[in-house]
Amino acid sequence: MGDRLLLSISATLLRARLRQSVVAAVGVAISIGMYIALSGFMNGLNGLLDGLILNRTAHIRIYNEIRPAERQPLEIKQLLERATGRDLTHPFISRIKPKGEPAAVRNALAIIDALRKDPRVDGIAPKVSAQVFFNAGTIEVNGAIQGIEPLEEDRLLHFSDYLLGCTVADLAGSSNGVVLGKGLADNMRVGIGDAVQVSTITGDRFTLKVIGFYQSGMADFDNITCFVTLTTAQNLLAQPRSWITDVQVRLKDLDMAPAVAREYARRFDADAQDIQTANAQFETGSGVRSLISYVVSVVLLLVAGFGIYNILNMMIYEKLDSIAILKATGFSGRDVRVIFINLSMIIGVFGAIAGLLLGGLLAIGIDHIPFRFDALPTITTYPVDHNPRYYLIGVAFALVTTFIAGLFPARKASRVDPVEIIRGK
Amino acid sequence: MSNGDPVIEARGIIKWFRDPVDTQVLKGVDLKVMRGEYASVMGKSGCGKSTLLYILSTMDTDYTGDLFLDGERITGSPHEHLSRLRNEKIGFVFQFHYLIPEFTVLRNVMLPGLKRGLLTEHEVEERAMDHLRTMGVDHQARKRANQISGGEKQRVAIARALINEPLILMCDEPTGNLDSRNSAIVEDLFRRIADEQRRSLLVVTHDDELAARTDRIITMDDGRVVP
Repeated sequence: MGDRLLLSISATLLRARLRQSVVAAVGVAISIGMYIALSGFMNGLNGLLDGLILNRTAHIRIYNEIRPAERQPLEIKQLLERATGRDLTHPFISRIKPKGEPAAVRNALAIIDALRKDPRVDGIAPKVSAQVFFNAGTIEVNGAIQGIEPLEEDRLLHFSDYLLGCTVADLAGSSNGVVLGKGLADNMRVGIGDAVQVSTITGDRFTLKVIGFYQSGMADFDNITCFVTLTTAQNLLAQPRSWITDVQVRLKDLDMAPAVAREYARRFDADAQDIQTANAQFETGSGVRSLISYVVSVVLLLVAGFGIYNILNMMIYEKLDSIAILKATGFSGRDVRVIFINLSMIIGVFGAIAGLLLGGLLAIGIDHIPFRFDALPTITTYPVDHNPRYYLIGVAFALVTTFIAGLFPARKASRVDPVEIIRGK
Repeated sequence: MSNGDPVIEARGIIKWFRDPVDTQVLKGVDLKVMRGEYASVMGKSGCGKSTLLYILSTMDTDYTGDLFLDGERITGSPHEHLSRLRNEKIGFVFQFHYLIPEFTVLRNVMLPGLKRGLLTEHEVEERAMDHLRTMGVDHQARKRANQISGGEKQRVAIARALINEPLILMCDEPTGNLDSRNSAIVEDLFRRIADEQRRSLLVVTHDDELAARTDRIITMDDGRVVP
């Protein structure tokens, strides 16, 4: 009963100052709306830019790097001499080069089997990559061929985001189809349906049919790369089914990548690179961008808070008589404080609701502004992150700000001495 | 209801004003108002009669001495408690109307009753209408408080003071701002409240006519009650 009475008193006082109250609520609404729209937009962009790099990188990549032996024989000789204290006169060979063993991961199928049983692993995409030449008329264009399992590649690395003119299923279902990098296709002047000649380093020649294009926005990559299915690539290179150069792994928890990568490198006797090592600089960039959007929003909300503070202060000055009479007739200091905090919170709640609507509309609006982005051919409008989290944070912050903005004037009102007001007349 | 118990009793009240210079306004005031008694306090401007009223009303707590309301010593009680006592046991009428302009006449009268929370909203409304009828202003009940005349406002304020059936009605210059016709109405109403409802009244006034109709005139001079 008591609190409902105080609320009804607050509402009546508010209605008498409707225009000021609406202005204050609009201030809150604008700041919340801007916060929601800005955060959604900033984080949409962040996600897009981060995704450009992160989505193209497997959490862990297991491969076999070709490099010289870590301990050269001459080194071993010197170590032995130091250890034994004797002069070893046996001839040692220095500068041993890698021998012509394939760049494939040793025992790849067994590794894949083992990975499938690992509960931390979310998905696996095997890949074959090799150097090839494209025959365009009489000249040969240097290129790289990637044999992939299109469906797995799409699930793990969003392959379809970069595809033009065909789907991942088209590639998966075709035994001699090739997806050409956009730059490469332009250089060779071929379109969908045309045939291209590919020769491997060993000299074998194949004819592949262009079924689509790939555009990542990185010219160096788009100018040389083409994609075929894993089996097609193995056939081209005359290699068995077990010949896989990269095993790409996606984990359920991205943050575990460095530790798991080290473990795999030991366990499988192969090289394993984790995503954090591969892309250390990107975390920093997106962190700074979100910081900026938070600062802007907090400033907007602070301005709205000052607006509320001002209006309440003015209202208290105008309502000194009413406060005195309430106190004289038995309302306590606490009651008066609650009345004025209610005032502030009513403004805050209505402002927050309007702000949610405004923010939602702005976000939807931004989502419809046309935007072309070379690196992501499937994107046509500005990216907006419609995460409900921003709406929750916005509302929470609005309520906290209005509460604090109301607290000080309310405390002042609760301390009004009725005797002073009544005698002052 | 015996006439033997004092409703409010002050013993040795001393009050200083510290600002702008130290002045002793009340120099040891002893005062009793009995149940059902209609008393008035008179005296020259600046003799401390209003100051005394605000101390008796529990709103001013900055004094020395002892104050008893309905047999309970209330000097030094916490503010929350004093607020409740004011709400339940004391009714106020001031020189200026002091209605809250945003509310309707009826709502103004109801507020202290709703604050008390003893009756339902509907019952408080019925009781408020009864008091407005007694004061002869029930036809204005639905109007906003700033839309009625000065004399009507004062009668509404009296209705509000009565809503919680207080033990004592305290009035500070209740006719000070009214014309003679409205003053006469208010004087009649006070007399009726004293006679018919057997309620105590303590009226601070300059108005000789009003004072003449009270049961007892307390005269103050220079911070003391003149015996």
